[in-house]
Amino acid sequence: MDLFERYSRQIQLSEIGITGQEKLARAKVLIIGVGGLGCSAAQHLVASGVGTIGLLDYDLVDRSNLNRQILYTGTDVGKRKVEVAQQALHQLNEQVNINTYFEQLTFDRAMSLFTEYDIIVDGTDNFQTKYLINDACVILDTPWIYASLYKYQGQLSVFNYQEGPSYRCLYPEINAKNISCEEIGVLGVLPGILGTLQATEVLKIILQIGEVLSGKLLLLDVLTMQKQRISFSRNEDQVNIAKNREQAKETIDGSFNTCDKIFLDIRDLVDASISQDKNVIHIPLKQLNHRHSEIPRDKPIHVYCQSGIRSREAIEWLSEQYGFQNLINVNGGIQSISR
Amino acid sequence: MEIKVKYFGSVAEETGRAEETVFLQDSVVEIWEFVKSICNKYGITEDPSLQVAVNQVLQREGIIQHGDEIAFLPPYAGG
Repeated sequence: MDLFERYSRQIQLSEIGITGQEKLARAKVLIIGVGGLGCSAAQHLVASGVGTIGLLDYDLVDRSNLNRQILYTGTDVGKRKVEVAQQALHQLNEQVNINTYFEQLTFDRAMSLFTEYDIIVDGTDNFQTKYLINDACVILDTPWIYASLYKYQGQLSVFNYQEGPSYRCLYPEINAKNISCEEIGVLGVLPGILGTLQATEVLKIILQIGEVLSGKLLLLDVLTMQKQRISFSRNEDQVNIAKNREQAKETIDGSFNTCDKIFLDIRDLVDASISQDKNVIHIPLKQLNHRHSEIPRDKPIHVYCQSGIRSREAIEWLSEQYGFQNLINVNGGIQSISR
Repeated sequence: MEIKVKYFGSVAEETGRAEETVFLQDSVVEIWEFVKSICNKYGITEDPSLQVAVNQVLQREGIIQHGDEIAFLPPYAGG
């Protein structure tokens, strides 16, 4: 009875009904990143009665989050986002299961965790994680709902839905720098709008109603309230790049200390356990200029950073400036090196 | 011929405008040539991550027609 009353306004829509509400109750949706987008999407999915919601985030609530991350209050500053969000969402609707994952997403973890969910919602703020979500979803055949923000503008699309295009089909390269809301600012309501639109696409997929935003990029500018819908198609070469991500992993036998490859780590901060390994040369990116002579030229050197982007730039630069010909990029960054 | 150009995200800041109308003398202009000329005009780095749509369809190959609308679409990362 409570089920009927709580969801009565959507059950009375002829396209949904009791059958649709039961579909929602059986659905499992994983939200990666519980920031502005994630808070807003989670709130609506929980209120609508989606049965199981997973929340993954490795961040703590910061006071500067509060203008847009609406599940958090001033007293939550310093607490784990996933735990505060879980409590707030439970208060909103105690019938929904909410799983929390206080961790940073790695490709291997995505490959196991995503199998437990039907749909993935992207609430992340960086390109590396978007490509990671994309590639895992392509391999596992899971649809995901993408959104991204820039000041007063938002982008929205659904990737990998029923053989539709993937994120790489829209943006094949990852040369662009991550520009987060922390760096450039964002209007507080913008993630609320886009997160709500992400939740809308999730509901459409679960309920099988309307036209899912697959193969289309929605661009919304809230200053002018103008929107554009850009069409794009599936690019098999790009889909194959995603599919081959697993094979593209670097593998080493044993530890960095005993393996037969030589690595160059260009990250600023390195865990002590790695920096002492004899097969790892550690030169932070900013110091390459005056320490490039420490890099051997007579054997292949596998260069890595956190994500594989700065290391690629470093290789290009070292090759151009100093004529290095023996540098190999670890495309997936440190996380992709499996031991 | 007359082309309507729309700029999104960081590109709109580099060009200092959200849209403009561009007049072309040549009758045959490839899309990539046009993109290059706009990038040169405003000093935008021609990054492969910058996507272009012609009449709301993502594409880089082909010839521009009078009255086309060309959108510059950089990727966004904020969340």
